[in-house]
Amino acid sequence: MKIHEYQGSALLAEYGIPTSVSELAQTPQEAADIARRFGSNVVVKAQVLTGGRGKAGGVKLAHSPEEAFQCAEEILALQIKGIPVTKLLIAKSVDILQEYYLGVAVDRTMKQAVIMISAAGGVDIEDLARNDPEKILKFYVNPFQGLQEDRLRQVVASVFIDPGLCAQAFDTVMKMYRLFLEKDCSLVEINPYVKTKASALIALDAKINFDDNGLFKHPEIEALRSPEEFSPDEIRAKDAGLSFVNLDGNIGCIVNGAGLAMATMDVIKLFGGEPANFLDVGGSSNPNKVLLALDIITSNKNVKAVLINIFGGITRCDDVANGILMAVRKLDIKLPLVIRMIGTREAEGREILVNAGYVVADDMEAAVKKVVALI
Amino acid sequence: MSILINENTKVLVQGITGRDGSFHAASMLDYGTKVVGGVTPGKGGQKVGDLPVFNSVKDALSEKEMNCSIIYVPARFASAAIKEAADNKIPLIVCITEGVPINEMLYNYYYVKDKGVRLIGPNCPGLISPGKSKAGIMPAKIHLPGNIGVISRSGTLTYEFVYNLTINKMGQSTCVGIGGDAVVGTGYIELLEMFEKDPDTNAIVLIGEIGGEEEEKAAEYIKANVKKPVVSFISGRSAPADKKMGHAGAIISQGRGTASAKIEALNKAGIPVADCPSQIPKLITEKSGVS
Repeated sequence: MKIHEYQGSALLAEYGIPTSVSELAQTPQEAADIARRFGSNVVVKAQVLTGGRGKAGGVKLAHSPEEAFQCAEEILALQIKGIPVTKLLIAKSVDILQEYYLGVAVDRTMKQAVIMISAAGGVDIEDLARNDPEKILKFYVNPFQGLQEDRLRQVVASVFIDPGLCAQAFDTVMKMYRLFLEKDCSLVEINPYVKTKASALIALDAKINFDDNGLFKHPEIEALRSPEEFSPDEIRAKDAGLSFVNLDGNIGCIVNGAGLAMATMDVIKLFGGEPANFLDVGGSSNPNKVLLALDIITSNKNVKAVLINIFGGITRCDDVANGILMAVRKLDIKLPLVIRMIGTREAEGREILVNAGYVVADDMEAAVKKVVALI
Repeated sequence: MSILINENTKVLVQGITGRDGSFHAASMLDYGTKVVGGVTPGKGGQKVGDLPVFNSVKDALSEKEMNCSIIYVPARFASAAIKEAADNKIPLIVCITEGVPINEMLYNYYYVKDKGVRLIGPNCPGLISPGKSKAGIMPAKIHLPGNIGVISRSGTLTYEFVYNLTINKMGQSTCVGIGGDAVVGTGYIELLEMFEKDPDTNAIVLIGEIGGEEEEKAAEYIKANVKKPVVSFISGRSAPADKKMGHAGAIISQGRGTASAKIEALNKAGIPVADCPSQIPKLITEKSGVS
């Protein structure tokens, strides 16, 4: 799960990490009022759950409340990667002497948490990792052994030479790591982490992502979820326990199991079709889930045909068959359905569908060819 | 032979009184797996079918012999169940549970290693040595005893491949689902090593998917260490970036973990990659012919 910068900054502040003074605005007038109250230059920043807002014109410096009004108006009119901007963070501008990067993430290959520190902050860290990897220092934490503070302090000191700055930065990194562990984050990133003229280090941005599997422990984090992270269909699917991702094609897919669902999309493409979605109905084959899956898919106007590919294991073919018939009755589905069904209780499932006039394939690739030919 | 499980495997079911635990305990017994009992804290003394229920793994060990534990408990209790099995030195722990937080798994990964035991999963279908033993949730009847080893990150996709092998009369020595999460207890390389040593395995099918670098690392390992023929499939060629495709581990993020990078790495190591599941039997025949 992703959260906005303003929510991330509040979490950093909650952990005692110095952040810039800022407030949220939703209208140009609010932006101007905040700028007037701050009595200084302000930075007006779009709050969207995607990267690249700077390049898209979503961050502007304003020298007066009037300018803040103007900037806010311009940014609120933007769509950044298709996402309309509805919220702005108005931050007191600071005089920056240097920009650093701090991050904590999971390195799945090393199977350890990794703390990343760079004196070349402010830029796209992925570009930096590709072009100048030696400019990012990495410190791995074996979770079983715990964080070795002395070694981390040495790494921090090699980037923040001044002892005063080193102490501040070390404190911030330790707090980031604590936040990362305590809230089950998948990423805690401050970029840029800046040195001001007053020789203070503060976080000017906050990017915090959470492990979806850890959210059950943190209702206060779940409450921060923004509706725009997913499309309305994706949210409906999620609430029903379906795993669903919208795509651009015209063949709707309903599959059990994530790996098979991906492979089904791949084989559709291989045979010249375009999948309209990824959809995993999951392990338990509640007929209502199949009904909802068909409802979501057939409400997509691009969809011209639907492929249902079920390899029953935990999922029972007869449950899925009943779900399909229920959906056809309730939703008045006019689109052609191509059904492949095999595995647990396949004979029963097939009988239900054949009696209702459907043809059921047992071979996945034959079913895919058939649905592609319908388009 | 086979790897990890065989006719001598004695299985304990952690979470046996739950819906999944009781159903699959029965289905494993049906297949001929030696299930010795189960654990649900607070329900010791009860029975599930004919199987005794114990309050703890320790209690179970005081009355029964076992060398494998399979875990069906809800995600919030999974790490405690893994640790309990590891503390009691159960040599093979299979965690079916989906949704274990990654930070807990990082810890569990080192914890089980420290205890000297093996963890398969989490978020996996388990494993089966056809005709001998099944410690998992896969539909048993699609399997056929034989000489092909199967390793996969997925559940139902594994069934699809096993089905294609079986209808072509290519039986399996052992099929292992390693799990769809970003961090799992046992990876491709350890299993490749076991299959390479197993006299009853003649060829290996490696089924991967987008996300991470495990397939690339496996390709390097195979090139240097595996003499037996290996064929492969990677799912997620059509997946968009930055969207999690169901599995917690199946995501292309920041341009890493793409299907094309994995296919290229496998091809470079001399491993043919199928475009669709039905090609696998033919690739095995071809690859076995030349090696």
